Amino acid sequence: MAFWDYANPTRFLRLVQIVLPWLVGLCVITFAVGLYMSFQAPEDYQQGQTIRIMYIHVPAAWLCMMCYTVMSLSSIGTLVWKHPLADVSAKSAAPIGAAFTFMALLTGSLWGKPMWGTYWVWDARLTSVLVLLIMYLGLMTLWRTMDDPIKAGKAAAVLTLVGALNLPIIKFSVDWWNTLHQPASVIRLDGPTIHPDQLWPLLVMALAFTLLFFVLHLMAMRNEIMRRRVRALRMRAASIAHPGTAAATAQPAE
Amino acid sequence: MDLGPHSGFIIASYALCFLTVLGLIAWVRIDKRLQDRALKELADQGITRNRPDTRKQ
Repeated sequence: MAFWDYANPTRFLRLVQIVLPWLVGLCVITFAVGLYMSFQAPEDYQQGQTIRIMYIHVPAAWLCMMCYTVMSLSSIGTLVWKHPLADVSAKSAAPIGAAFTFMALLTGSLWGKPMWGTYWVWDARLTSVLVLLIMYLGLMTLWRTMDDPIKAGKAAAVLTLVGALNLPIIKFSVDWWNTLHQPASVIRLDGPTIHPDQLWPLLVMALAFTLLFFVLHLMAMRNEIMRRRVRALRMRAASIAHPGTAAATAQPAE
Repeated sequence: MDLGPHSGFIIASYALCFLTVLGLIAWVRIDKRLQDRALKELADQGITRNRPDTRKQ
């Protein structure tokens, strides 16, 4: 069976049913190990114990960008290949991405107060991440304003790709502008600048967050496929009750 | 474990992240239940994907 065969929602749902329990188990175990390592790691000579906030802040920040990357790739799938699951994937990822962005901003603020003396500054990194949160909320609103999921999906795909311009701005904002936010210390050309005792908990927590994203994304995609089936069936029911009215606008679930 | 003078910020960070993740899990689970219920209601009316033009009398 080719990878593209999973574009069929029924096959995809069957795959989700098999994969999901394993992913959930792996996610729980990784979180347990990651949290244990996070609180066993030595404190930082400058940040002290507040380095523990980094073990959730950094993975949340990475994931909020990864989630938007997934949405952008899905949007290309919607616009170029009209892939049946691409639109479902993009729509399902938006609330998860918004939640991760919210977590990144929140934990960043709670770290900033004791370390910088302020919860918020309008520097390039913080502002561009706030713009990302607004993009997520805007896309979620756009999907809700249109009844037809296919039309909404196309409009949202265009807006998602326009918003993708923000991703390199977020990533390189600390290099391009003079920001209060520190430059990258893990993903660097010359290697991480963090001590391995503090790097490993961070990487395990990043893996846990990534697994959490995939678990929630698969569950949300399954719900979205079911929602579209409900819609198509309701349209069919309406067309039976009132022939010639609803059938013309009905969209198939697959 | 002593989290030092900024323990409030550390605990608040973890607690709020935990609540956000809990919210996401609740969202997907409640949504799944709603869609399951809607599909069941339609099936009870005889509207299924397998038999498009039949309804229970």
